[in-house]
Amino acid sequence: MTRGPVLILGAGSTIARHIGLELAQKGHVVVLAGRDTEDLAASASDVTIRTGRACLVQFFDATLEGAGRLAMEATERETGPLEGVVMAVGYLGSQEEAEHDPDEAAKVMESNYTAPARALLDVATVLESRGGGWICALSSVAGDRGRHSNYLYGSAKAGLTTFLQGLRARLVHSGVAVITVKPGPVDTSMTFGMGKLPLLAQPEEVASRIVEAIQRRRDVVYVPAPWRWVMAVFRLVPERLFKRLKL
Amino acid sequence: MSPIEPARAKTAEVERFSGWGNHPVVPAKLQRPERRKGLRPVGASSLARGQGRSYGDAALNSLGTLVLTERLDRLLGFDPKTGDLTAEAGATLEDLIEALLPLGWFLPVTPGTRFCSLGGCLAADVHGKNHHVAGSFSAHVRSFELVRADGGTAWVTPQEDPGLFWATAGGMGLTGMVSTLTLRMKKVETSWMSVTHSPARSLDELFDLLDDPVHDAEYSVAWIDGMASGSSLGRGVLMSGEHAAPDQVPSGRAALDWSPERTKSLPFSLPSWALHPLAVRLGNSVYHWAQGRRGRFVCPIEPFFYPLDSIQHWNRMYGKRGFLQYQFVAPPETARATVRTVVQSLADGGYGSFLGVLKKFGPQGEGLLSFPMPGLTLALDVPMRHGIEAVLDRMDAVVADAGGRVYLAKDARLARAAFERMYPRLEEFRQVREACDPSSRLGSDLARRLGLA
Repeated sequence: MTRGPVLILGAGSTIARHIGLELAQKGHVVVLAGRDTEDLAASASDVTIRTGRACLVQFFDATLEGAGRLAMEATERETGPLEGVVMAVGYLGSQEEAEHDPDEAAKVMESNYTAPARALLDVATVLESRGGGWICALSSVAGDRGRHSNYLYGSAKAGLTTFLQGLRARLVHSGVAVITVKPGPVDTSMTFGMGKLPLLAQPEEVASRIVEAIQRRRDVVYVPAPWRWVMAVFRLVPERLFKRLKL
Repeated sequence: MSPIEPARAKTAEVERFSGWGNHPVVPAKLQRPERRKGLRPVGASSLARGQGRSYGDAALNSLGTLVLTERLDRLLGFDPKTGDLTAEAGATLEDLIEALLPLGWFLPVTPGTRFCSLGGCLAADVHGKNHHVAGSFSAHVRSFELVRADGGTAWVTPQEDPGLFWATAGGMGLTGMVSTLTLRMKKVETSWMSVTHSPARSLDELFDLLDDPVHDAEYSVAWIDGMASGSSLGRGVLMSGEHAAPDQVPSGRAALDWSPERTKSLPFSLPSWALHPLAVRLGNSVYHWAQGRRGRFVCPIEPFFYPLDSIQHWNRMYGKRGFLQYQFVAPPETARATVRTVVQSLADGGYGSFLGVLKKFGPQGEGLLSFPMPGLTLALDVPMRHGIEAVLDRMDAVVADAGGRVYLAKDARLARAAFERMYPRLEEFRQVREACDPSSRLGSDLARRLGLA
């Protein structure tokens, strides 16, 4: 079955690569967009050989002015109108380093909030004018509550989550779905070496849950699903107590 | 601002780490790059590790770092005119089968599991049931990219750099870290196998079956009952097979299809009493009965090549103490006597074996440390038990005296002196290694044990 083309922004990560594979398996033509186009070309070959489906590469740098619009226009010249856009740009960085290095702090905030939000505003405008399609963005459970160990990353993801909430309310009237994905820790370079983490998910599994959420046009999904309940409990802990927990 | 490889590669420290045999168990420092540029030697000693399907200490490096290649698994190119498939070294045989078997391409050589990495297959220069006609894995590798000890990379082909190519094929990862390789796949008409099982009541009958040209098939291997004794010693079944022709495909089934059985998992290590020799004997008899009576039949590729892959972690059946796999080859002149001595010695000692596999090898390949050579190879699983090491030391002497050798990818215990008697091209290997890794930045527990690093 053939489905509409999908653009993945920030496709260099392992999760994003597997989202691409999964979407191609479901019949979408996938466009992998990011800065390292040479590396993306390798991922695109992989998608094509494994799925037998065309997979394209597009340069995209979320920090540049108009990046979302430019990437979308360039892509659509090849593929025709996009069915959906996945926003997978993000950067964990180091909380410790960021506390003493304003540049690192700015990078964490920009990569996880301002840059993806800016690009999504471009995307939203195009899809809104067409009256259809979807946007799926990777936020994080870290945005559900600020913690000592990663509040910079968490606050930027919280910003993104709230942004997506508002965007969803704006686009619902034009038939564009906005899917917020909140993964817990995933077994990638972000978490490697951190020891045994609770509910650690494999990237393939996360990707397949995300594509499922896209197909069902869910609003908000936690991946793996139990994080929804873990975070619900987490949010209930009174701040007076929470602030003293070493988390 | 896409996610990028962290500037400092993160290292995980693991208390207990081992190969497929769960013995030996050592602490390990691990790195796991998600991109090819992160694959490089680190620290004073490091080694690339794929899926950890070698049995002993070949993919362990307790004095250094293991760089895991499991995330470097992309398929980079496929040419349907030649069958040349280029992939990152962490891709598994399963990845290749899944992508290419439906298009009519199969592995030119496959070991008994599809869950090993391409890099691992080259490092161990693995062989399959078609060794007598196809040679070993490296004979089908057209080229590879090697990250050398100094961090530089080189494209290596057998034409342009035969020394480095044939030291890397079978070189146990000690010449560098293979980042990508090109393998020539083999065209098949169907994903089905036409199989014949011929039972043998004794070792002599089995030897005769193996030598009988009537049983010359593209693929052949014998299963041998490692526990039977007396006049039944060495009884077994010769299993031979060919790729089935389109008209042999069961009606209603696709000629090219890959839908392996869902794998079951052995969730925990079995207690050691499960290995009581009687239990083993019972298991073997049942297997013998089942296999010996099936004659000719057509089956999918998976059960023919990968009977154990349907049970994940089958290695846990040998319990927490793990097991050794003893695999050797002996040249034609001495093969029968050597196989008989080893089977007899292990049976006499009560060192039970679920799995004994006997195969006739074809001509030797070019790999300097490659295992296969003409003759008979026998592989036996031996549970770790008191006294086994001394018995196997004696077997090493028997094998070396016979002009044979022990397979390094299975080995955890061979002594350096015995090893040096078994591999006649060892000096050539050492010279290449000296040239490409003068300060010994690549190493493994196996390499230190055998004096390779």
